[in-house]
Amino acid sequence: MMLSTLRLRRGFAHGVHPHEHKVLTADLPTQRMPFVDRYVLPLDQHLGVPAKPVVTPGQRVRRGQRIAAPGAFVSTSLHSPVTGWVRTIGHHRYPGGRFSKAIEIEADPYATQRLEGEPPPDWHALSPDGFVAALQDSGIVGLGGAALPAHVKYSLREGIKIKYLIANGAECEPYLTNDHRVMVERSDRLLRGIEILRTRLGAAEAIIGIERNKPDAIAILDRQLWPNQPVRVVPLRVKYPQGDSKMMIKSLLDIEVPAGLHAADLGIIMNNVSTIAAIADWFDTGMPYIDRMVTVSGPGIERPSNLIVPLGTPVREVLRYCGGLSDDTREVIMGGPMMGTPIASLDAPIIKSSSGILAFTATETARPQEYPCIRCGRCLEACPYFLNPSRLARLAKSRMYEEMKHIQIMECVECGSCTYACPSGIPIVQLIRTAKRVLRGHKQG
Amino acid sequence: MKLQDPKLLVQPAPLLKQPLTTAKAMGDVAFALAPATLAGVWFFGLGALLIVSAGIAGAVLTEWVFSPSGQRRAKLLDGSGLITGLLLGLSLPPGLPLWMAFLGGVVSIGLGKLIWGGLGYNLFNPALVGRAFLLATFPVAMTTWNAHTGDFFAVQASILATPFLQATYDGMSAATPLGTMKFEGQSTPLWDLVIGKTSGCIGETSGLLLVLGGIYLVLRRDLDWRIPASILLSVAAFSLVLFLIDPAGYPDPLFSLFSGGLLLGAIYMATDPVTSPITPKGAWIFGVGVGLLVVLIRVFGGFPEGVMYAILLMNAATPLIDRYTQPRVFGKGIKTP
Repeated sequence: MMLSTLRLRRGFAHGVHPHEHKVLTADLPTQRMPFVDRYVLPLDQHLGVPAKPVVTPGQRVRRGQRIAAPGAFVSTSLHSPVTGWVRTIGHHRYPGGRFSKAIEIEADPYATQRLEGEPPPDWHALSPDGFVAALQDSGIVGLGGAALPAHVKYSLREGIKIKYLIANGAECEPYLTNDHRVMVERSDRLLRGIEILRTRLGAAEAIIGIERNKPDAIAILDRQLWPNQPVRVVPLRVKYPQGDSKMMIKSLLDIEVPAGLHAADLGIIMNNVSTIAAIADWFDTGMPYIDRMVTVSGPGIERPSNLIVPLGTPVREVLRYCGGLSDDTREVIMGGPMMGTPIASLDAPIIKSSSGILAFTATETARPQEYPCIRCGRCLEACPYFLNPSRLARLAKSRMYEEMKHIQIMECVECGSCTYACPSGIPIVQLIRTAKRVLRGHKQG
Repeated sequence: MKLQDPKLLVQPAPLLKQPLTTAKAMGDVAFALAPATLAGVWFFGLGALLIVSAGIAGAVLTEWVFSPSGQRRAKLLDGSGLITGLLLGLSLPPGLPLWMAFLGGVVSIGLGKLIWGGLGYNLFNPALVGRAFLLATFPVAMTTWNAHTGDFFAVQASILATPFLQATYDGMSAATPLGTMKFEGQSTPLWDLVIGKTSGCIGETSGLLLVLGGIYLVLRRDLDWRIPASILLSVAAFSLVLFLIDPAGYPDPLFSLFSGGLLLGAIYMATDPVTSPITPKGAWIFGVGVGLLVVLIRVFGGFPEGVMYAILLMNAATPLIDRYTQPRVFGKGIKTP
């Protein structure tokens, strides 16, 4: 016990310390964003195969009604966030800029918008496969950023025994406070979700990992645990990328997950705290994943807020609700400032993985003068995966992509610590991202 | 309220950056070297300042002349040419003719940096390339050491010698502490070495100020502390071994640490990130290699001083060291449970 406590202090090696900027929204209670006229729900807003529509244009849909079914195992359902009518099923703007197939729904202005979901499946009675299927029906995805359909992790290989369930409340991205607010305001839902999952998995212990910069969340959760409950709250060092799943496992359990393996192979399942709270909602009330917690923040936002936003709400409407953009806004990011995606058009909708809408001005978006790499080694000291970003960037600039494979480019999680740390202003992670895309393309032929 | 689509940028994340830039880091190095430079000028007179300036002028002008016209501003503003010229100037003897110092600056940047592809691509430390060139070309001028003049404003005639004519050395010459040690077996009082009251290159004599500047740079995280630490520790260790074998024949470790260009080289030249290993383990190997070579050259070689060649030799080994000291990638090469 002593030894493991000492180890916990150590955490993962390397990483960076960006300014947090969480003070803008950390103490703001979550507000519910009012319903708007029109919603756009892309069918491919999760990792894997796009969902298949099960409604037709003109059809009446209720809030919470399933409008698209999973297209394969690694895929999930999609539900209508409003009561109204399906207008079109066509191509609409996706946050990244491309067009993707989406269901457009017009809200019924006279509907109550009360949730009339199907009766919740009894999670106790379900078979293991039934539990996975029930999770797939919920439309819940991993809300930490990757948007992997939540049920995928719970479909365990034969012979795997889960020892630990980890609730990831690190929220290490600057500006974002939505997980923080979930832990503070919906701590009961989080603990309920942990109980459901822990019971289902037969996990011996559940651990909630939270960065120390959220003392209120740590205190509130701690207070609700009864003695000897096999759930622990562990405060973590404030360091980016603490929320990366393998880094968090290293910090909490001092286990290094071997490359190519998943945490589940070692008997560990990790979910974001918001994902777990959503799972509790689904099994307790039958509420599918249709509302998303979004942090609207950044220097370009008039009224930074934490909002509950129905999926499919256009970003423009979210910004309107928060007082609009300041005149000097230059870039709007969906997600966090380290790993998020820039939004090409304000028409893009809120999707399941939209943890934040951040507006930045010229101060943050100005690209520094780029100098040649002087091999100062700061990127090596930043990279939590112990890669050599300096060399990767040099090879990427020469388009020597195959050579990059030999120095393990595919282990890069694109956390951006290298670009953050580079004093020469080299867009290292951007170069790596491009190279990875090229390499994946080559592999697929 | 602004909700018209502004002209949104879509440059990819991360948008945040830590504030340090290459230019600022170079500025830190110049700042850290300032006390030692001023001490050199104080000890050796105004002539020393002229020599350092000539070295800088040669380096910066070469950088300017050979840069594409659109990039000149950026190339000069990164500060690397200035640092190269400054380091070269500090490693020159205080009676060197100015035109030689200037030529050294030209060679430093031209042969030491630009023909390799510019900043970041050179294999050898540019300042030391320039110095090695000068030592090979003008062996007499490069090994004639002036004593402290005592007269601050007196500029020796040799400094102002006409280019390509044989200079005459009229100043009082004095052997360096390493020279006296090597050829006469005489040590120098440690305190003189620490404050710099000895003859030697312009910037290398004041051990104290060089160390203070180094501590500043380590605290600002502008240099890898492992390199000076490993060089100094290994020089101390190797010379201690020799000293213990024969205390009369070999210098004591403290003398070895504070004499010659060791501190200037270990703190400011070996740590040039471009030409030293990028991996932490590599930095240790590099430093121990430099330390071993310094002791070997000083004790068994023909020259009294070996810091320059030690660093240049280890520069050549840097790509190899880097190759074999890559850190283990997280999750790789561990047993699968």
